Amino acid sequence: MRDWDGAEMLTQPRMAVENLRIGRNGSTLLDVPYLALCGPGPTLILGPNGAGKSLLLRCMHGLIQPDGGTVWQDGALLGEDHRARQAMVFQTPVLLRRSVAANLDFVLRRQGIRWRSRKARIAALLDEGGLAGKERQAARSLSGGEAQRLAILRALACNPEILFLDEPTSALDPAATQAVEALIQRASARGTRIVMVTHDVGQARRLGHDIVLMQAGQVAEHSQAAEFFAAPRTAAGRAYLSGALVI
Amino acid sequence: MAFGLIATGDPGLWGIVLLSLKVSLLAVLIAACIGMPIGAALAVSRFPGRRFVIILLNALMGLPPVVVGLLVYLMLSRSGPLGVLQLLYTPAAMIIAQVLLVVPIIAALTRQTVETLDAEYTEQLRSLGLSRLASIPVLLWDGRLALLTAFLAGFGRAIAEVGAVIVVGGNINHVTRVMTTTIALETSKGNLALALALGAILVGIAFLVTALVSMIGISREREVLHHA
Repeated sequence: MRDWDGAEMLTQPRMAVENLRIGRNGSTLLDVPYLALCGPGPTLILGPNGAGKSLLLRCMHGLIQPDGGTVWQDGALLGEDHRARQAMVFQTPVLLRRSVAANLDFVLRRQGIRWRSRKARIAALLDEGGLAGKERQAARSLSGGEAQRLAILRALACNPEILFLDEPTSALDPAATQAVEALIQRASARGTRIVMVTHDVGQARRLGHDIVLMQAGQVAEHSQAAEFFAAPRTAAGRAYLSGALVI
Repeated sequence: MAFGLIATGDPGLWGIVLLSLKVSLLAVLIAACIGMPIGAALAVSRFPGRRFVIILLNALMGLPPVVVGLLVYLMLSRSGPLGVLQLLYTPAAMIIAQVLLVVPIIAALTRQTVETLDAEYTEQLRSLGLSRLASIPVLLWDGRLALLTAFLAGFGRAIAEVGAVIVVGGNINHVTRVMTTTIALETSKGNLALALALGAILVGIAFLVTALVSMIGISREREVLHHA
């Protein structure tokens, strides 16, 4: 497999995977000889259902132990200290059965921050996510879009260097999707490296700096977003875009 | 006449009610301290024979109280292994028997609650850097409504139970005489007024506990619906 060329390839990759393999009952779910995520991102991972997008994300976040292969972050093997510098947002937001503020406080308290600073931080985060005034509301009574925004804010409260998002807007309406995308873009602009799985080609076009196209557990193409959407290098890329655009 | 006893605040009657509440509440509190950690640990751990332990725990929920009473009696009787403690025919013996009856109920219900919640939380909590052990308090706290139901179910079982406490308590007046044992005794003596008065209070308590349990259930359903 050929990775895309360019000056960014010369820099240390933020994340890289090598010979990553996951198989179940004789079939290959994931088989990635090499993938390096360089540059500022966001990296958008596209592909049909069952292509292995979420598996790849979970391997990079250390949630799944692959059958073989290695994951690297900033040139070192992925370990617990790296995990602390990562955060992940899931397709369905998993919110604690507590208030909105308590969901944020949960991760801030784990960082050993004093209550006074935590309070200020919570207020700033809620402001950032457009949830100001809802701090005392039960987190699980939020709307779908608000819940996902809170999940992203909670992930950002960990001060992650890398933020993984697994189809965070797949269940949201256009307005809620827009609010989530704005939040992700602001985080990206502040320097959080975004790696995000999506089905939505439009979303990949709006947010993506580089695109990873996955198919049947393999990386079919990894290109700069502009290049990918103008003229995909691979047949798989052309087929996916044409199919996606017809829909 | 039965209601007259309740209304006039008959000291003998209220002493019995108070002792019942004291014994059963203490028993459930102790059982919760034992059963909740066991249930939570069982929910988040994986080991060979785990399924068997869960089945056993569920089966123990149906322990016949009289048999538990008999076992505790054998342990505490003068020739038993714990005979030196001289606890037989004291409220402490009744508490021990009720703890044994309630622990399986609380542990089994806690296991169910925590396991369901864990299925939802496990990836998120690991993503936030929590170990399996560290996630137990989070799961217990977030399952607090369901666990309160388990606590109340345990209390309902303890307060309404007669077989175990009559064997190990001996139904001694002013010492180990509780509502259920008094009802059994007074009925056989033909003193239906006292039996009925205590029966009414017991039914009232049971009704209150059940109402609380279903109120918690409804509010949980509403929370889930709201979320969906």
